[in-house]
Amino acid sequence: MSKRDVTHLHGDDPLDEVPAEVWKPARGQKVLAFLRNIWRQLTSMRVALVLLFLLALASLPGALLPQWSLNRVKTAQYILDHPTMGPILDDLGFFAVFGSPWYAAIYLLLFISLIGCLTPRTFEFIRQLRAVPVLTPRNLARMPHHEKVEASPGLPPVEVADRVEAGLRRWRKVRRSEGDTLTISAEKGYLREVGNLVFHISLVGILVAIAVGKLVGYEGNVVVRLGEDTCLTAASYDDFRPGLLIDGTELKPICVTVDSFDATYTDAGIATAFTIKFRYQLDEDLNTGNWRNGQVQINEPMRFDGERLYLLGHGFAPKFQVTYPNGEVRDYIQNFQPTDPMLLSEGAVKIPDPPVEGEKKQLALVGIFAPDTFVHAGILTSIFPAPNNPGVAIQVYQGDLGPSYSVYQVNQDQIDNGALADRGRANLLPGESMTIEDGTKITFTGYEQWVSLQVSYDPAQGFALIFAITMIAGLMLSLTIKRRRVWYRISPGADGARTVVEVGGLARTDQAGYGSEFSSMVALVPGAPGSTDVPAERADSFYAT
Amino acid sequence: MAVNETFASLSDSGFQAALAGYVVALGCYAVEFASKRTTTVHTAERVPVGVGALTADGTPGGRPVVPTAGGNGIGLVTKEQRGLPWAERFGRAGFVVTVIALVANIFSMLMRGLATERMPLGNLYEFMSMICTVGTAALVVVIVRTNARTIGMFVMLPIALLAILSGTVLYVPAGELMASLNNYWLVIHVTAISISSGVLLFSGIASVLYLIRERGDRQGKVFQETSVWAKLPTTDALDRIAYRTAIIAFPVYTFAVVAGALWAEVAWGRYWGWDPKEIGAFMTWVVYACYLHARATAGWRGRRAAWISMLGFATVIFNLFFVNFVTTGLHSYA
Ligand code: HEM
Repeated sequence: MSKRDVTHLHGDDPLDEVPAEVWKPARGQKVLAFLRNIWRQLTSMRVALVLLFLLALASLPGALLPQWSLNRVKTAQYILDHPTMGPILDDLGFFAVFGSPWYAAIYLLLFISLIGCLTPRTFEFIRQLRAVPVLTPRNLARMPHHEKVEASPGLPPVEVADRVEAGLRRWRKVRRSEGDTLTISAEKGYLREVGNLVFHISLVGILVAIAVGKLVGYEGNVVVRLGEDTCLTAASYDDFRPGLLIDGTELKPICVTVDSFDATYTDAGIATAFTIKFRYQLDEDLNTGNWRNGQVQINEPMRFDGERLYLLGHGFAPKFQVTYPNGEVRDYIQNFQPTDPMLLSEGAVKIPDPPVEGEKKQLALVGIFAPDTFVHAGILTSIFPAPNNPGVAIQVYQGDLGPSYSVYQVNQDQIDNGALADRGRANLLPGESMTIEDGTKITFTGYEQWVSLQVSYDPAQGFALIFAITMIAGLMLSLTIKRRRVWYRISPGADGARTVVEVGGLARTDQAGYGSEFSSMVALVPGAPGSTDVPAERADSFYAT
Repeated sequence: MAVNETFASLSDSGFQAALAGYVVALGCYAVEFASKRTTTVHTAERVPVGVGALTADGTPGGRPVVPTAGGNGIGLVTKEQRGLPWAERFGRAGFVVTVIALVANIFSMLMRGLATERMPLGNLYEFMSMICTVGTAALVVVIVRTNARTIGMFVMLPIALLAILSGTVLYVPAGELMASLNNYWLVIHVTAISISSGVLLFSGIASVLYLIRERGDRQGKVFQETSVWAKLPTTDALDRIAYRTAIIAFPVYTFAVVAGALWAEVAWGRYWGWDPKEIGAFMTWVVYACYLHARATAGWRGRRAAWISMLGFATVIFNLFFVNFVTTGLHSYA
């Protein structure tokens, strides 16, 4: 028996290495041989090991450094804070690890290796399935497990062989004869290899499913206020992240109007549930004017035909009424950004075009909104996240707004250089107002709520799930099933003495457990130690799969 | 839904008891481990009396303690008889205390579950309590099956530290869940993650001990005869413990990650988004895949595989602590 049989089936076995060709290779053949050598290296277990290790290592910066895809603000800040290393790391892709060329190189090599490894293994396995168990080795005493026993008196080899075979019910086995002597070769645990192949093939499946999702899927985020009609198209999202093959024109629009937002809170102000109810139009609804009802909760998205709608966050939008010195009245509303668990929110209403004569009369109301107002020493805070007692603290600026960098803030430079002048501050409850020195009156008139929604589309995610399930199933098969071989050589005893049985065993995986199992294999021989020497049907109970 | 205060306080007492038990068990194991090398393992050592025999006063040539007469006049003293069974008694006591602490810890989790009417895995304190339970349960099972009690100290040390950390810094009174966690995926995902992490931590400790023992064995006889570390189970036994626990934990971990992806799909709009915690889990998973490969690759079994397993151990710790405490991601335990 070849050494190949004792080791695993992967191409790492030294005996698999084809001996160096003896003929003088021509140039083309040299190149070919070189390529073949590279291929053999790449598909070896050792390289797979190294690539797996590299994959883990290369993921580490993704956890340690801020990533553009997760937090733009933090990443930009990090780069500012590290003026020398920051830009270098950025160029090298350390803030976008999972999209970087070096990361892709590792996993692509790994999967090429995997496919190169799987294909021959699969064929090898199919070949093995068809083949009968290998010949019984001449010298069973060389096997890692070996025993020589005598069968019960009066049992000829054929009968012993019958009983042993009956005991090997779930094994693949073959009986051969060597003159008077009978041999049985048996093997089990083929499912382990099935599991292993299924597992690795599923990995490829998952990778493909992820890739398809990245190509033709998309995500879009949008903030809408209650009661506001929004049609979600590539252009109307606040943030739209299309797949590589998507340019946005092929999205089918979904129109949504959120009617209600409900939250439940514990006494401590921890939200235990959020629900929005909304109406939506899809496909031909847009022509017929038909509206359907929908509902989304935290952890419960709405699933349309492929697209999913998520509720990701919520907040408040305070409303102000400004009465200008010329008597003109205008209403303003602005979404504020929550800053703490009690939903104290901040933001700025910027009015670039007030109906006021003269330059530099632009207006900014920089404010804090509290859903449940508590004022202590003039400082406004929120004591509960629900809008029980809304209030705002506003700081009014007048002058030149300058360029704007954020919808939530005014340009601090303009304040610092005096272009925006401080016109006073006030804490206001609904209906209350403040008047600045030029007679402009600002009234806090109430609030609306906004919700932040996400639409996600990934046609391949179902496949990813299916492959994940087959992956786990394959893994469990491959880790629990053990591959075993056992051989019996059953020879007639000299001059009518008892039949002699030699048993050899080989554990092809997980040798450790084979000891006691092997004893029960020996005990299949009637009359051997531990055997019950009973009709063979009972012998079933001996083996555990 | 209000919290049941009776159950809540029972749960806290249970945890205190478990914590105390872990510390006591750790002490017991440590005493046993640090004591002179006199455990039952060595009873087979036969010492001829008279030739540097072990005697009552500990000096060679003195009166033998128990002169078991041999026919040829050479008395035999088993070390155990001279040696102090108190060391072993400490070890056994340690094991009993371990079991009691385990029961207390399970009781504590059960009571917290009843107090809050939910799976007690809603915050880091409860999560760590579960990890302690699983690690201890793995220890109990392994000791029962392999009698490798000498690893007790090394498993109990991190568990006791973790329990102390949980009982103090991380402690959170029983309370309701925040909306994002109020979900059956929490039960599935976090249970699987904590069970597999606990078992993986155990496996990692076995690999660390493997490396220590293997290094000692290479020093040969000196180590065998002088070092307390020689009391560790053999490299074969440690390797088997590490491997067996890893192959139990690995599929569970895989399942946990998949369940996490399913949860992320309903909660965050995508099943995988390279959130720091997801990266950590991915790294752990890949390193353990590496470990299993190493075990099947010629030239990588043994020491190299143990190093990889230790690396896996490091990633589990990294994910439990560093990612929870230092980075900010979507995972709200953080
Ligand atoms: C994509 C990355 C890969 C992952 C995550 C992975 C994971 C695993 C895992 C978890 C096992 C353990 C199951 C078992 O022991 O049966 C395993 C086994 C195995 N893998 Fe991979 N693998 C990967 C790539 C590869 C590649 C590229 C090769 C080929 C060179 C390969 C060849 C094998 C073989 C031969 C076994 C069986 C070992 C045995 O008989 O115990 N794997 N793999």
